[in-house]
Amino acid sequence: MSAPAPQPARFMVRAEGVHKRFGRLEVLRGIDLAVRPREVMMLIGPSGSGKSTFLRCINHLEKINAGRIWVDGELVGYRQVGSTLYELNEHEQARRRSEIGMVFQRFNLFPHMTALQNVIEAPMLVKRTARAQAVERARQLLERVGLAEKADAYPSQLSGGQQQRVAIARALAMDPKLMLFDEPTSALDPELVGEVLAVMRQLANDGMTMIVVTHEMQFAREVGDRVVFMDGGVVVEEGPPAEVLTNPKQERTRGFLARIL
Amino acid sequence: MGVEVERGATFTVVPVRRYGQAVLAVVVALLVAWLAAAGASSHFVNPRVVSQYLNNPLILGGLANTIFVSIAAMIIGIVLGVIFAVMKMSSNVVLAAVSGFYIWFFRGTPVLVQLIFWFNGVPAVFHELALGVPFTHVVFFSMPMVAFMTPLAASLLGLGLNEGAYMAEIVRGGILAVDEGQVEAAQALGMVSSQTMRRIVLPQAMRVIIPPIGNEFISMLKTSSLASVVTYGELLRRASDIYSSNLFVVELLVVASIWYLALTTVASIGQYYVEKRFARGTSRAERETPWSNLVRNIVRLGR
Repeated sequence: MSAPAPQPARFMVRAEGVHKRFGRLEVLRGIDLAVRPREVMMLIGPSGSGKSTFLRCINHLEKINAGRIWVDGELVGYRQVGSTLYELNEHEQARRRSEIGMVFQRFNLFPHMTALQNVIEAPMLVKRTARAQAVERARQLLERVGLAEKADAYPSQLSGGQQQRVAIARALAMDPKLMLFDEPTSALDPELVGEVLAVMRQLANDGMTMIVVTHEMQFAREVGDRVVFMDGGVVVEEGPPAEVLTNPKQERTRGFLARIL
Repeated sequence: MGVEVERGATFTVVPVRRYGQAVLAVVVALLVAWLAAAGASSHFVNPRVVSQYLNNPLILGGLANTIFVSIAAMIIGIVLGVIFAVMKMSSNVVLAAVSGFYIWFFRGTPVLVQLIFWFNGVPAVFHELALGVPFTHVVFFSMPMVAFMTPLAASLLGLGLNEGAYMAEIVRGGILAVDEGQVEAAQALGMVSSQTMRRIVLPQAMRVIIPPIGNEFISMLKTSSLASVVTYGELLRRASDIYSSNLFVVELLVVASIWYLALTTVASIGQYYVEKRFARGTSRAERETPWSNLVRNIVRLGR
């Protein structure tokens, strides 16, 4: 097999035949997807459809069993020389991850640090940013997510919505070129969902490339450039939100939308 | 007693009468008084001898040795504990098995046996302590085992290695108690595993590890008295050295006990403050001191 041509960074994310197994359970069964820079892609589908797993494969929190993923033209997790893939060492892997922001369903803020410390920790530790500079940037980011006055609060003193907004600020502090959101509002009380979605909407308007796993169909319709419906480890249907969510072509998409709306 | 429950309405509250408790209290108080009287009237404890030996230089030296050997053995134990905990959690089978064997062996045998083993057993079996290249005749340094295995060395080895086995399980429990999402969040931000361990996992594990370390230290202050059997001059050894010549056996045991109580009391107080320091960020722990509770309750009463 001849060496494939180097990937031009026309796509921020490109996935090709991605397979992922947990033991004998095949969670991803051949995913092909591409996300352009500044695009907002909404991943929807029933639980267990593999959408969160796919998201975690993009920053190599899960190792894929077959296929390849590129982020900004760089292969995820490996260096390709000819037709051989060399697994990246820990430091190379960490550097790639530092360029991809991730927001988790359960926030995962560091509970022993204040909001401000949560935001400055990675820039200082990973990027060697000077403290004063990191603090200044962190205050701007907390301001941007509407939590300037909560800088000195510990996560346990914040509501779920506030914690998730700090988590977004923490991810943005690394100046990522891509943001991954793994069901960012699923663990929130209904009245707190809006404040997190507002921050994400603003981020999308500012031109951030985003992949969002979500069950918020209204939000997906309004903010998404494209909606991808996954089921059983494969992409069933994709297209503009208005099409996929209003006039789905596939029976499975129709069934899913009928159940949740 | 009148208590204002609702605006304008005053009720009299009568607590439940607990007659059984009152009877029990009287019985226990009588028993304690009887014991105290028996102790005070006995001819076996001479309070003047007790107070005379309380600040005896030999006793104070023994006290210092007890503190020293306890702290040193704890440090050895904590260092070994962290190492063996990480080894046991390693994906490397050999490391995990060696750690498992160490923990099984040292927790499964009495520390008194281990102390005697180091002090008497090891010098009897190995006559020389040598540092060289294994399986060759190259030796950089050697000394007679008897010269190396002083009472202090045997005490530190016995107490420290034993403590390490217990600490390994405590540290492992602490690391396991940290949510997996914390590691993922750190990784997603670009931290490598050593940074994640040092900045994210261990500080959170500390909150779980610190209270048992305090208990282990308090326990070590007392367990260190076993070092007396390998003739290490700690508190109990010094007390027994003195009473074997002057025969004030009970008085000197009382002296030693008073010092042990003082040590454990001070350590308990220290533990309270250390635990408070490491409770940072957990619910409202840092703001709910007894004092703030009191203030809040007063404010609430005023309404």
